[in-house]
Amino acid sequence: MLADRLKAKFGDALIQSTKDFDFPVFEFQKSEIKNAIYYLKNSEGFNYLTTLCGSQFPEAEKSREYNVMYQLHNFTTNDRIRLKTFMPEEDLKLNTITDIYDAANWMEREAYDFFGFTFDGHPNMTRILNMAEMNYFPLRKQYPLEDMSRDDKNDKFFGR
Amino acid sequence: MITEDIVQEEKKEYTTLNLGPTHPATHGIFQNVLTMDGEIIIDAVPTIGYIHRAFEKLAEHRPYNQITPITDRLNYCSSPINNMGWLMTVEKLIGCEIPKRAEYLRVIIMELSRIADHIVCNTVIAVDTGAMTGFLYLFQWRERIYEIFEEICGSRLTTNIGRIGGMERDFSQSTWLKIETFLKEFPAGLKEFGALVNRNRIFMDRTINCGAISADRALSYSFSGPNLRACGVDYDVRVMNPYSSYQDFDFNIPIGKAGDTYDRYMVRNDEMYQSLRIIRQAIDKMPKGNFHADLPDFYLPAKEDVYSKMEALIYHFKIVMGETDIPKGEVYHSVEAGNGELGFYLISDGGRAPFRLHMRRPCFIFYQGFTEMIKGRMLSDAILTLSSMNVIAGELDA
Repeated sequence: MLADRLKAKFGDALIQSTKDFDFPVFEFQKSEIKNAIYYLKNSEGFNYLTTLCGSQFPEAEKSREYNVMYQLHNFTTNDRIRLKTFMPEEDLKLNTITDIYDAANWMEREAYDFFGFTFDGHPNMTRILNMAEMNYFPLRKQYPLEDMSRDDKNDKFFGR
Repeated sequence: MITEDIVQEEKKEYTTLNLGPTHPATHGIFQNVLTMDGEIIIDAVPTIGYIHRAFEKLAEHRPYNQITPITDRLNYCSSPINNMGWLMTVEKLIGCEIPKRAEYLRVIIMELSRIADHIVCNTVIAVDTGAMTGFLYLFQWRERIYEIFEEICGSRLTTNIGRIGGMERDFSQSTWLKIETFLKEFPAGLKEFGALVNRNRIFMDRTINCGAISADRALSYSFSGPNLRACGVDYDVRVMNPYSSYQDFDFNIPIGKAGDTYDRYMVRNDEMYQSLRIIRQAIDKMPKGNFHADLPDFYLPAKEDVYSKMEALIYHFKIVMGETDIPKGEVYHSVEAGNGELGFYLISDGGRAPFRLHMRRPCFIFYQGFTEMIKGRMLSDAILTLSSMNVIAGELDA
């Protein structure tokens, strides 16, 4: 079982392993997540990074407020897994995995753009979809749907 | 010591060329800042996000059934596949089994839109190599497909087709007729286009070895769909993780070898024939039964019932106001969209709108490989590579 092998290899750094619908989910400590991905690619055959994204849980306890999720796919055995790591708002630094999967480049930039995660060692840690002058991270829950910096909208015209 | 070579190197001046954001040859809003040595591309820096519409944020503020129209605007060349992908994600979350008939109807729609998507891509490759005729010939078939969509759901491009739990209505008699006519007449049209282009000397000279990428590099860049298959990797979500009864059908996955523009073109060309095969089988094996699941919490009741039955009215109200309970959980579902694996990663906290929705857009991911594919090639090859990758701005920027 993959979960047992990961447990033997990473010990306490593997915080928990669960199953969400058809996906095995492994939660790692932030410091070990890159090593885990490196191991999974080179020793377990997870050759494909399906996706990577961040999310924020403002209701959760402070140390688990922010989350980055990685989804890997093993083409040989057709296994898909999800890796997760949680962190508090003060510490949104992770190690980049662009040296393991090239595809992570823009995905990490997107995670930075939306939530403000920074990835150490990333070749170009800048915003990707939003404009460079933007001074907040729009997908964080405290920011409303509409752009707060605009003053050209009169609420009267929108029935408010 | 300064050698002759270094002196030569210092004399060399590179030109910076701004290709885009709106350039008539790029079919969409793509900006590439190219460093050119004469006609040769030394480096390219793509800038994206010009039509970013914050779908992921928007989705956190909308009830589940109102997110389907957002997915239309991802890859707008094959909206129905995006719709179905999203609907199946929600169905997976609520754990609902949908009837075989609805699944088969969905398969027909998805394969039709895959053909429409590939028609756009392939004819545009032909246009970029200078063959306008084929484009005009084949586009009338895309028009026929849109007429079928119009018959099914009332709209053509941004379809919002299907509902959570099945289809909004069964196919009408005239829909079946139109599909039959399409199946009968389209292969001849596609063959005619193939005869014009596939073995055309000019076309082959322009596309073979143009924008090639190896399978290893493509996997590292997480390519998917026809672009990955052109490199020789037979990854197709329809086969690897069958959804919507794809396991019932017999079809091949065409693959290429060199990963260049010609192979991408040929893979798409062959996929259209496979799609026709799937549609044929789906029609022949079409099961009897209902076209939607019995799912009163999510599936809108018939209009005449809403006006005459109390229960239907209550459900109608609850669905429209987004007040139905949805299980908590995290779910990922992916479908084989026109140009790759389109995935939806959905976190639900039980509320009326998703807590978080992340879309794995194939274009966004494989467009990263573009720089590597065009380095050292001519500018005109870059245009061709871009159109053969079928990068759709709507999906790229979400």
